[in-house]
Amino acid sequence: MTPLQLSIAGVVLLLGVGLYGLLISRHLIKVVIALQIMVKAALLALVAAGDAVGQINLAQSIALTVIVVDTISAVLALALIVQIKRRTGTLDAADLAQLRH
Amino acid sequence: MSLHVLLLLLAGLCAGMAVRTRPLHAALWLAALSAVVSILFYRLGAPELAVVELSVGAGLITVLLAFAISMAEDEAMPAALVPRPFAWLLVVVAGGALLWLLLPALPAVRQVAADAPFVAQVWDNRQLDLVVQMVVVITGVMGVLSLLGETRAPESPAVEAHQ
Repeated sequence: MTPLQLSIAGVVLLLGVGLYGLLISRHLIKVVIALQIMVKAALLALVAAGDAVGQINLAQSIALTVIVVDTISAVLALALIVQIKRRTGTLDAADLAQLRH
Repeated sequence: MSLHVLLLLLAGLCAGMAVRTRPLHAALWLAALSAVVSILFYRLGAPELAVVELSVGAGLITVLLAFAISMAEDEAMPAALVPRPFAWLLVVVAGGALLWLLLPALPAVRQVAADAPFVAQVWDNRQLDLVVQMVVVITGVMGVLSLLGETRAPESPAVEAHQ
């Protein structure tokens, strides 16, 4: 297997684990962690593709943007989670789905 | 090559443990995953990105997760929302579809025109990205301040009567 094929296999593995975590997690913080795993898979795919086509610096600059946006979205999600815990007393996605106004 | 395979398997192990364990342990496994992914970035020829990933992914995000977990406290959750066999089936179908789409196209990948230096890519070629990043960071900071600042307790009846 070429390095690109190996990296793509790793990307699919990480995406699969992240998707599984996203499907089975009821805890909101675990949902954020599963999303972080999937973003790392996407970053790895970007860098592996940039390496394969000889445009690694372009891939790095795009991945840098992804990291910035991902970090800010994670920070916002965690701030929301803290507020949800303060107001409702739970972080269970199943309980929160029952809330009405 | 074998080290590359080992690192990919280690990344999969860290991700798996991050999904299986309790939130605080999961945050630590996520930090380990970030460190492994940073090494992979370095080996693929992206040292600048490896540094950013290590400092942001393994540092900042882990601290923020620990902060959120300490404020929100750990609570035990019962069964998963989606039955585990169904979740596995979805993962296998999605992964299989991704590989089916990607693998045939990989042998056709070829080197293209010469790449510009990283500094030129970031500061000259992708200026719009920089503007968007600044807007996102400022928006995020304002959002967090408004979210976490909204913790004032309702005014007591005595205060209302005084007014």
